[in-house]
Amino acid sequence: MVMTLEQQIITIGICVLGTMLTRFLPFLVFSSRKPTPKYIRYLGDALPSAIFGMLVVYCLKNVEITGGNHGLPELISICLVVGLHLWKRQMLLSIAGGTICYMLLVQLVF
Amino acid sequence: MKAAFPHTIPIFAGFCFLGMTYGIYMHVSGFSFVYPLIMSMIIFGGSLEFLAVSMLLGRFAPVQTLIMVLMVQARHLFYGIAMLDRFKGMGWKKFYLIFGMCDETFSINCSVEIPEDVDKGWFMFFVTLLDQIYWVSGAALGGILGSFITFNTDGLDFVMTAMFVVIFLEQWLKEKKHYTAYIGLAASVLCLWVFGADSFMVPAMVCIVAGLTFMRKPIERAGGLL
Repeated sequence: MVMTLEQQIITIGICVLGTMLTRFLPFLVFSSRKPTPKYIRYLGDALPSAIFGMLVVYCLKNVEITGGNHGLPELISICLVVGLHLWKRQMLLSIAGGTICYMLLVQLVF
Repeated sequence: MKAAFPHTIPIFAGFCFLGMTYGIYMHVSGFSFVYPLIMSMIIFGGSLEFLAVSMLLGRFAPVQTLIMVLMVQARHLFYGIAMLDRFKGMGWKKFYLIFGMCDETFSINCSVEIPEDVDKGWFMFFVTLLDQIYWVSGAALGGILGSFITFNTDGLDFVMTAMFVVIFLEQWLKEKKHYTAYIGLAASVLCLWVFGADSFMVPAMVCIVAGLTFMRKPIERAGGLL
């Protein structure tokens, strides 16, 4: 572990604080009578895709494309996740299928 | 409660599975089951809790953590705006309804037609409570069961990647035009390349907000995202 217990507690505390801020803020700032500012509404539509795209990149940040196994297990498993999801559109099936595929690949093949 | 339970059954399956995976994931990352138990109780937001594992394993960076939490959870702001009217006049229940408003709970409370003879406040209260019970028990159970697992868990961390790929894909399928998805991917890859794996997140988030703000006019002129 790199962090001390205090640092872990602070990190978890920040997660709680940030989350609660995003959940409670609208009820403190906006009233249901006044319309929400247009820019805020635009960000609400636009942010999710961008952020989840970023999080996919975040998950893959340590993949070496030029060395190691060239990120092949990741690529194959992500293709399977996308394929399964487009086919059945069952969130759990896609996640479980992709993860099992990845585990088998890194344990047995690569 | 009787009225609320049937609506939460799909969530029950999902949360038990994901919660347990989360607990096992925390266990193989070296944390005792107390961590997933407490974190699932007080954070109660699935994707962030998975991210928190990798943040706890990295170096201590409170500012980056806070910015990341705010960006990942920013969608709650819009859940809140959508629920302003629905939560009105709920008294003390309102506090818990807001506290426990994760994606799944929101989607039920926001979309369901509550029968006339059922109290709306109690209905939403039990949806929220049941969902949280599923998630917390799944996470704690996973954390405990983790130590009894004898098979090789190498690669289990891919569950987080798979989850975000699916959420991203769901967003993608919902939108007709994908400008913002491209902005997110391009900004992240560019910043990853420039700043390296350990410090690209904050610049990436700044670039995303800047990019979205800068592109607002062209996007809206092209008819928005839908």
